[in-house]
Amino acid sequence: MTNADRAAQHDVKRTFTRLATHQFRYDLRAFFRNRQSQFFTLALPVLFLIIFASVFGGHDRTVAVAGGHIDTAVSYVPGIMTLGLIAAAFINLVISVIAQREAGVLKRRRATPVPAGAIIAGRALTGVVTALGIAGLLLVIGWAAFDAHVPARTAPALGLTIVVGAFSFCCLGYALASLVRDADAAQPVTQAVMLPLYFISGVFVPVSTLPHWLLNIATVFPVRHLAAALLTAYNPHTRGSGLATGDLLIVAAWGAGGLIVALRRFTWNPRGH
Amino acid sequence: MTTNAKTVQPSTSCAEHSDAVVAVRGLVMRYGRREVLRGIDLDVCPGEILAFLGPNGAGKTTTLEILEGFRTRSDGDVTVLGADPAEAGPEWRERVGVVLQECEPEPGLTVRECLALYAGYYRAPRDIDDTIALVGLTDRCDAIASQLSGGQRRRLDVALALIGDPDIVFLDEPTTGFDPSARRAAWEVIAGLRQLGKTIFLTTHYMDEAEYLADRIVVLVGGRIVAEGTPMSLGGRERMTATISFTLPASVAARDLPASLAPLAEFGPDGGVFMRTESALVHLQMLADWTLTHGIDLPDLVVRRPSLEDVYLELIAKESR
Repeated sequence: MTNADRAAQHDVKRTFTRLATHQFRYDLRAFFRNRQSQFFTLALPVLFLIIFASVFGGHDRTVAVAGGHIDTAVSYVPGIMTLGLIAAAFINLVISVIAQREAGVLKRRRATPVPAGAIIAGRALTGVVTALGIAGLLLVIGWAAFDAHVPARTAPALGLTIVVGAFSFCCLGYALASLVRDADAAQPVTQAVMLPLYFISGVFVPVSTLPHWLLNIATVFPVRHLAAALLTAYNPHTRGSGLATGDLLIVAAWGAGGLIVALRRFTWNPRGH
Repeated sequence: MTTNAKTVQPSTSCAEHSDAVVAVRGLVMRYGRREVLRGIDLDVCPGEILAFLGPNGAGKTTTLEILEGFRTRSDGDVTVLGADPAEAGPEWRERVGVVLQECEPEPGLTVRECLALYAGYYRAPRDIDDTIALVGLTDRCDAIASQLSGGQRRRLDVALALIGDPDIVFLDEPTTGFDPSARRAAWEVIAGLRQLGKTIFLTTHYMDEAEYLADRIVVLVGGRIVAEGTPMSLGGRERMTATISFTLPASVAARDLPASLAPLAEFGPDGGVFMRTESALVHLQMLADWTLTHGIDLPDLVVRRPSLEDVYLELIAKESR
């Protein structure tokens, strides 16, 4: 490779990064202007945390976790964080991408010189950043209301788990968006996929109270592993770095599978009726 | 009509053939067994506004999408700005502006933010505020784009297509579904692009739109070009017969008309007279002389040439027979 080639390649990379960041800035702005996105992604997880922790927590109730017991209220922080992360990285992405595709917005962007990857990466980055935002918000509420905090030792693992989890669910979001034809179906389809998984994956109900067969089903899907990885990093009884490598790898594998589906099936043109 | 619509020749009106911004030869598009484009030949010259006219389902949008690089043709040669749109990359996209038939604005962004987003996609974009002013949206530039009226949204679409400073702009039915004043405003924006020296390729099924905007009109019916010409000459319009009509005063009888005009006249009720003529001026002169000699007036005299719509409807009717 000549120096000129290397310089050209460097230029392409820099342009790509600049364009992805450019797209991200506007996608994030659009996110904050959409009341529905804000409600489902930011307000609803906060409400859920407060409601579930108040109804099932308190009175010295605890749940069994690896290495001991924690307050039930505290256990809802990583549980609802799973929900918030999926709402931000997956559900919101599926709904907005399908809406933009069916409205012709994606097609119009394709009529410009912007590389497809920069648009996709910019939107995914929005999912990751909003996921980090809602996770941070839930951590603050957990700390203020239930006196729960993340040990400094496991904080990097928690951050990494959120980022890897959010990216993986963005990929799954692109896969689902490429399979759903109709903008009206986006919201019901995402909820139909996620709601049952939330119940059997330790989001609303501690897994220690679930029957084995249900848990076995949950183990196949990424939601359970994301919840487990977040709990591992959040659990004060965890020893070491708190990085649940196995769970995180399974989540990432699902993300990679989603990416393959998305690469094969994703379309820019409206698919409607 | 003197020309046979089936044997329309490809336009060779560009000064140099190699100058053509769009060159199409033998374009064919099939969906399964259905042939929607059946061999199209077409040139668009630099700075020209070309209107692609035809009824719904004629293949206008399919042709446009092939030229825009969104659809892969079944057969034929196509170049736009010297490149095959099916294989063209970002360099080519830098020079092509597209207004889609149906496209909502970017959700959640203001007019100016929409343009700033798209400006960022191009290497050398136009000035954002200039472009907003060009389409007349300056006083709406901080409004959320999805809250604009239909006509304003269309003008935003045009602005988004222009922000990369393209050499050619494709517009797919730019005013379909508009009220008359919104259409007029959109036309003025498009006509204004002529001053920027842009080549414009627009599809429409409105005659008046083609007549107002286009330098040249190409009529597509059933996947085939059936006529091509300027708004004045389309389908031999400039050679078509005119109609002279007037009402004779009660004091004058039909048989009083001069012998030179009587053979042309057809008589309606209440003294109405219609004359079809290929030399309207000569016959008007005779009519004027006759009225002067007899001291009569014809206050409702009308001379009417066939409208573009008459010509177009006749072309379509002829093709579908």
